[in-house]
Amino acid sequence: MKVSIYRFDPDADEKARMQDVEVELPEGRDLMVLDVLELAKSRDPSIAYRRSCREGVCGSDGMNINGKNGLACITPVSEAARGGKLVLRPLPGLPVIRDLVVDMSAFFRQFERVKPYLINDAPPPAEERLQSPEDRAKLDGLYECILCACCSTSCPSFWWNPDKFVGPAGLLQAYRFLADSRDTATTERLAELEDPFSVFRCRGIMNCVNACPRGLNPTRAIGKIRSMLLTEAT
Amino acid sequence: MALVTNVTSFGRSGLSDFVLQRVSALVLGAYGLCLVGFFVTTDVSHASLAAFLGGTVMQWFSTAAILALAVHAWIGMWTVGTDYIRQHAFGAGLGGSAFGLRLVYQFGCVAAIVVYMAWSLTIIWGLA
Repeated sequence: MKVSIYRFDPDADEKARMQDVEVELPEGRDLMVLDVLELAKSRDPSIAYRRSCREGVCGSDGMNINGKNGLACITPVSEAARGGKLVLRPLPGLPVIRDLVVDMSAFFRQFERVKPYLINDAPPPAEERLQSPEDRAKLDGLYECILCACCSTSCPSFWWNPDKFVGPAGLLQAYRFLADSRDTATTERLAELEDPFSVFRCRGIMNCVNACPRGLNPTRAIGKIRSMLLTEAT
Repeated sequence: MALVTNVTSFGRSGLSDFVLQRVSALVLGAYGLCLVGFFVTTDVSHASLAAFLGGTVMQWFSTAAILALAVHAWIGMWTVGTDYIRQHAFGAGLGGSAFGLRLVYQFGCVAAIVVYMAWSLTIIWGLA
C-alpha cells in the first residue's frame, strides 16, 4: 500500500512536502492507521508522530487521515484509505512542530480559559459532594472527551480565530461544568462566554460532531450554552 | 466581564447580536411572505405596486424591514470580516496587521448600509 505522509523538519526543510512510502500489508488482516504508520516508520525512522495507548483513550495520535480528522489507532485502514492510498497530514490549523506533530498550545489555552474544574466555594462535606443519579446522567456525553483536538482542528471558526473562539472541545468542557449540579460558578462561567467570539462564533456546521472519535456532540453542548445565556439574560 | 471584547460588533455582545440576527430574520421573513403574497394575488403593475407599498401600514412595515436588513447585514458582514480578514490569512503580506484592512472593509460596509437604508427609506416615504 502507498502511504503519503506530510513531512516537515524545521531544521532542514524550507517548505513542507508529501513523502510516499510503500508499505507491505499482511494478508487477511485489517490494520489500524497507526499500525501502517509504524510499518512506514520501520522503513524510514525519521518520521515523527505522537502515540501512546494505541486504543483511543489517550488522544495522542489525532491526525488528518485522508481528509478527515481522527485517531490513527482506532481508524481501520479499510475505512480510511481511498483508492488504495492512505494520506496522512497533521491536524489542520495548528503550527507544525515536525511531520505529524503539532503545537497544541492554542488548543490548550482555550481549554484553560473555560476553567475545566469544579468550582464550589461551600465548605466541603466530610466525605464527598453527592449528586443524584439524574444530575449525574446530565454529564453523560460531556465528560468522555479525551482532548485529542480532532474536533477543534476540523472547525473553520477555530482556524480563523484560535485566539478568541473557544472551539468545540473547550465548549464541550465548559458545558460539562455548567451542567454539573455541584458547580456553583454558573453565572461567572456564562459571563466569560457571552462575547461575540467565545461561543457565538460557532456557525453550527457540525464538523466537530463528524470528527469526534468518541462520538460526542459538541454542537449540542454549544446550543445548550446559548440557551443558558439567553435564559440568564432574560 | 467577558474575556474577549470587540468595539466594532453591533451589540458589543455575542448574545445580543445572536438575538438581533434572529429577530431581524423573522421580520425579513414576514416581509418577504407579504411581498410574495402581493405578487401572487395581484395583477402587478407600477401603479398597483406603488399603491400597495404607499399604504401607511406597508410604509411602516417596509421601514421595519429596511432597519432589520441593515442590522442583519452589519452583524453578518462584521462576522465575515472578523473571520477572514485576519493576519494569518495573509501571511506576511500586511506588514504585521490586518487591522487596517479590516477597518477599511468595515467602514465600506457601514457606508453602503447607511446609503442603501437612507435611499430605500426616501423611496418608501416618498410614495404617499
